[in-house]
Amino acid sequence: MTEPSSSVVALRAAFGPAILRDRISCGDTIVWVKKERAHDLLAWLRNTPTQAFNYLTDITAVDYRDPERPLEVVYQLRSLHRKADLRIKVPLDKSGPLEVESVFDLWKGADWLEREVFDMFGVTFTGHPDLRRILMWDSYAEGHPLRKEFPLRGHFTRAEQTRQALAANPEAHYSVAELSIVEAYDELPEDVKRRLAHGERGEVK
Amino acid sequence: MGLTVPGAGSEPTEAELAGVSPNFLTTRLDAVANWGRANSLWPMPFGTACCAIEFMASAAGRFDLARFGMERMSFSPRQADLLICAGRLPFKLAPIIRRIWDQMPQPKWSISMGACASSGGIFDTYAMVQGIDTIIPVDIYVPGCPPRPEGLIYGITLLQKKIKGESISDPTLRVEHVMDDRGFYLPPQTIDEISEPFGNSVHQTRSA
Repeated sequence: MTEPSSSVVALRAAFGPAILRDRISCGDTIVWVKKERAHDLLAWLRNTPTQAFNYLTDITAVDYRDPERPLEVVYQLRSLHRKADLRIKVPLDKSGPLEVESVFDLWKGADWLEREVFDMFGVTFTGHPDLRRILMWDSYAEGHPLRKEFPLRGHFTRAEQTRQALAANPEAHYSVAELSIVEAYDELPEDVKRRLAHGERGEVK
Repeated sequence: MGLTVPGAGSEPTEAELAGVSPNFLTTRLDAVANWGRANSLWPMPFGTACCAIEFMASAAGRFDLARFGMERMSFSPRQADLLICAGRLPFKLAPIIRRIWDQMPQPKWSISMGACASSGGIFDTYAMVQGIDTIIPVDIYVPGCPPRPEGLIYGITLLQKKIKGESISDPTLRVEHVMDDRGFYLPPQTIDEISEPFGNSVHQTRSA
């Protein structure tokens, strides 16, 4: 596939100057977008019937070794009806704040994906309801491990890393709702309630 | 041991003893206690990676850990006396394995199974504990990536040999190591020394 996706033409017509460039790599269409219009453009791609990108496959980021080059947040979209893919990249200048608007309001699946990018790259997603670390523990103090300036073995000595890891409270990774199944019981779907009620431990409630 | 002697109250005569079957034995307390401990280990499997697959194979029919008195896997640390860490241990799991170890009652032993548990293996990174001996005390290291079930079983027989050499009157064997006020179980220099890069890792600088 060497023809650009029909989405690119439509995007250029609708957003003009917000589109920085586009190219095809390994058969995939990639569009670079200014961060100010990124949320509008992603909402447009999701809600316009001719685009209908209703599935957010992944959000990730790339930090390039060249310090001049901006960090890029990557959105991989798929339209399940049209069987079409589109990759949107949002460059973030490393001299400024690494901030981009959350797309949690468009795709609920963005929740953990944005938390992972925040954890690993330090990109802040404004408007995210629960932006916490997801892979490293909450009190992790060494920074964001997938950034290029992060040393492979971390900043601290092994002894200090061990001390901090042992001081972490394992339960602190979870929110109160995640820890308390009894309190969340009323919000569970019917089949899960039935399974829990007749589980090997007997009645939950 | 159930010896009944006619005319109890007075010392039995040799003639009386000669008619009684020899249904008692003498032994050292250490020998009988260690015999029991070594041959009925209840393992707490802490499987985090591919080593756990080999561990499961060891427990299954072909290799059959039950032959060594390990019929019962104990998935509760409070009913276990052998912690087998099978797989890599990230720092995020360090407080969890430490809590499991603290919950296990004495006497207890631990086996570090495979390269990652013993030394961090190929994962000389920010996220990985460089050997679980920086977190909990380890009795036996089983090398391999992952070790075959024969390797693990050899490690277990070595541990049984070690247990049979212990003495229940030696108080130093059953000492619980507690966290000091700086938050360390081992001196920090020791942890740094154990975690030093070796092999191919030495070619990577800390800033690589």
